[in-house]
Amino acid sequence: MTEPLVINREGVDALISTLIDRGYEVVGPTVRSQTILYDTITSTADLPVGIRDRQEAGTYRLENRGDDALFGYVVGPQSWKKFLAPPGTVFWRGLRTEDGFETVEAEEPPSYAFFGARPCEVAAMKIQDDVYLPVGDGIYTERRKKSFTVAVNCTQPAATCFCKSVGTGPDVSEGYDIALTEVLGGDQHYFLAEAGTDSGVEVLSGLMARDARDEEVVTARRLVVHAADYMGRTLETGGLKELLYANLSNPYWREVGDRCLSCTNCTMVCPTCFCSTVEDRQALDGSSAERARTWDSCFTLDFSYIHGGPVRSSSSSRYRQWLTHKLASWQDQFDSIGCVGCGRCIAWCPVGIDITKEAAVIRERDIRKVAIETPAVKEAVE
Amino acid sequence: MSEVFDLIVEHPFFAGMTHDQIQVVAETGTVVSYGERETIFTEGTSATGPLLILDGDVALELETPGHGPQVILTLHSGDFLGWSWLYPPYRWTYDAHVHSNAEAIRFDGPRLKEASESDPLLGYELMKRFTEMLVNRMQSIRIQLLDVYSTSR
Amino acid sequence: MHPVPCRVRSVVRELKDTFTLDVEPPHNGWEFAPGQFTMLYAFGVGEIPISISGDPNDPSRLVQTIRAVGPVTDALTAVSPGDTVGVRGPYGSAWPTEFAEGGDLLIITGGIGLAPLRPALLEVLENRDRYDNVTLLYGARSPGELLFADELQEWRGRFDLDVLITVDHADRTWRGPVGVVTSLINRASFDPESAVAFVCGPEIMMRFTIQDLERKGITDHRLHVSMERNMKCGIGLCGHCQFGQHFVCKDGPILSCAEITDTFWIREV
Repeated sequence: MTEPLVINREGVDALISTLIDRGYEVVGPTVRSQTILYDTITSTADLPVGIRDRQEAGTYRLENRGDDALFGYVVGPQSWKKFLAPPGTVFWRGLRTEDGFETVEAEEPPSYAFFGARPCEVAAMKIQDDVYLPVGDGIYTERRKKSFTVAVNCTQPAATCFCKSVGTGPDVSEGYDIALTEVLGGDQHYFLAEAGTDSGVEVLSGLMARDARDEEVVTARRLVVHAADYMGRTLETGGLKELLYANLSNPYWREVGDRCLSCTNCTMVCPTCFCSTVEDRQALDGSSAERARTWDSCFTLDFSYIHGGPVRSSSSSRYRQWLTHKLASWQDQFDSIGCVGCGRCIAWCPVGIDITKEAAVIRERDIRKVAIETPAVKEAVE
Repeated sequence: MSEVFDLIVEHPFFAGMTHDQIQVVAETGTVVSYGERETIFTEGTSATGPLLILDGDVALELETPGHGPQVILTLHSGDFLGWSWLYPPYRWTYDAHVHSNAEAIRFDGPRLKEASESDPLLGYELMKRFTEMLVNRMQSIRIQLLDVYSTSR
Repeated sequence: MHPVPCRVRSVVRELKDTFTLDVEPPHNGWEFAPGQFTMLYAFGVGEIPISISGDPNDPSRLVQTIRAVGPVTDALTAVSPGDTVGVRGPYGSAWPTEFAEGGDLLIITGGIGLAPLRPALLEVLENRDRYDNVTLLYGARSPGELLFADELQEWRGRFDLDVLITVDHADRTWRGPVGVVTSLINRASFDPESAVAFVCGPEIMMRFTIQDLERKGITDHRLHVSMERNMKCGIGLCGHCQFGQHFVCKDGPILSCAEITDTFWIREV
């Protein structure tokens, strides 16, 4: 794309205002209930200025950084799917007529500007595109088409982050309109601003931005490289699909199942999870009906219900479904791994189940390995 | 006797047994015919030995109070019928009757067992085959028990 | 993605709680392949996947057989001619009738499983000379619960079709076979080296049938089943119908055993 520009905090404010002027509803990180949540913002004052997050398995805390960083944290429990596939969206309305019924289109969705989308989230949106766009899903497609993305490259990963392992960060390479990298240190506080699309170029050109100096670019890039080296966790992805497919009957699933509460937190916070259900409602007098789509989770007991009972009745079978879908079957379905390494599921699991650890244990206790290592089989093989 | 031998020597049930062994079995057999709806045996009567159905259809029934006789299994030409002759109390546990004209070979259970006692190899060969038949029947009965086509709400 | 309002032409009660609906198709030129399903909508109540049981050679009629097991199917089976139901579809993969040409075809089904196989059989009969032996093995709970009994009788009368029917139990008035449908396999005539099998029924019945067929030598790429899973959207979006990496609504419902062999035998997948 174009050469990197530099703006300061005022420039960021101007960016937000420009987007609002262009008719976008600008949504970005805010602090509420001691959590970073995505909501409407009108200026940088709405952002979690000087806030850092401390995340670990089953743990999420915010604390003061003691500085003025606008983006000194990573991700909270929400992701942009909150806006692209909002729970409870009515996507179909019907009116009873003399002949039967007729359908009516649902309302026009707003145009969103996603402000402060992390590289893992940008990757998650691309992954969800592969789920919703080929099917022509109205709800998602409309909102996605109209959206504008201002990404923020990460310079300080959380302990739960592992975007490096799955190749989704800590910086964006595609799928954004504008990417910002915040540099704060000593007496400098600037933002490297790079356009990723023509819209991005156009928006940036309206701001008071100057060309970045070489050392400014180097400093910004170095922060990102440093972040890559400082990842809290890793996920070993080599042969992951074959590993998980081969271990569907591994007894280890029962161990995880015993810990898992099937609370569905992980699926709610996961930026790529897309399972949904429909609610058909009728007016009391039967004159009209509507269908709404709402989020669902493969962890619920009746998710797989057929003929009097669920197919996956044990919590271990449901955990296995989620993990193998996310890391293995997703690859056959959508040609990519379903996980972006954001670490939300680890932080927001009340019992601290860690997807990177579980995958590692399965790898260690791979039943294919064990089969070869028992003495009788070893002898036969030799 | 050679008539029975000729009838069973090619039968898949006896595949792998020697002609001598098959001859011993054949010597305990008698060909019998049944007319339409004729009863082969009734529940509770003495189980004298297995039958090999040569031709025709045989229905196994249980009398169920309130529902009348219920057919629980049908057997057809080539199938063996009966295992109650193997163990005490040697009494049939269901009724068997033919749907239409049928022909079968009735084997003498006690004589088969005597022959097996004196020739354990023969006994083993027979046991292998009868237990396989039992296992297959058990498998089928299990599925029938599950009532897989029933509607549940 | 919206249900298209379609007029109900007729409702026929097949069995105690099984009905066949004949509905005007959603548009001119509508057609379907055997094995496919639609998402049928009862206004204000809900939507459910229902197999198409009609004749694929006559797409001017949308014929579907429904078993009433809950509020949506209750509503769908309580309609009268002239009422309107919503239709989306057809969705899903089809029985590979072309793949089966040139050899023997075994159709093995039980209970309401005959409904999604009926279109396949009708298509095969329409092109009968492309197949060798065609056999239908059908199992039901009892003689009074045979689906499409009149048509079964008709099919039994044909010389180019072997029809073997069994029930789980019966009273004396039934003179036919009693026992599991797998017991009929031994009486069917087919060359295990080349025959193709289409199997549809309760999953347990399919499991035992597949085992028996494989024992006889029918390899898993010639064995096709119709899988069933919970469906909310029918188009691969809601995630409910996943079976391993397959979305039963779009990769299935018809899948070959070769495709599902890694997951079919594992519990609770």
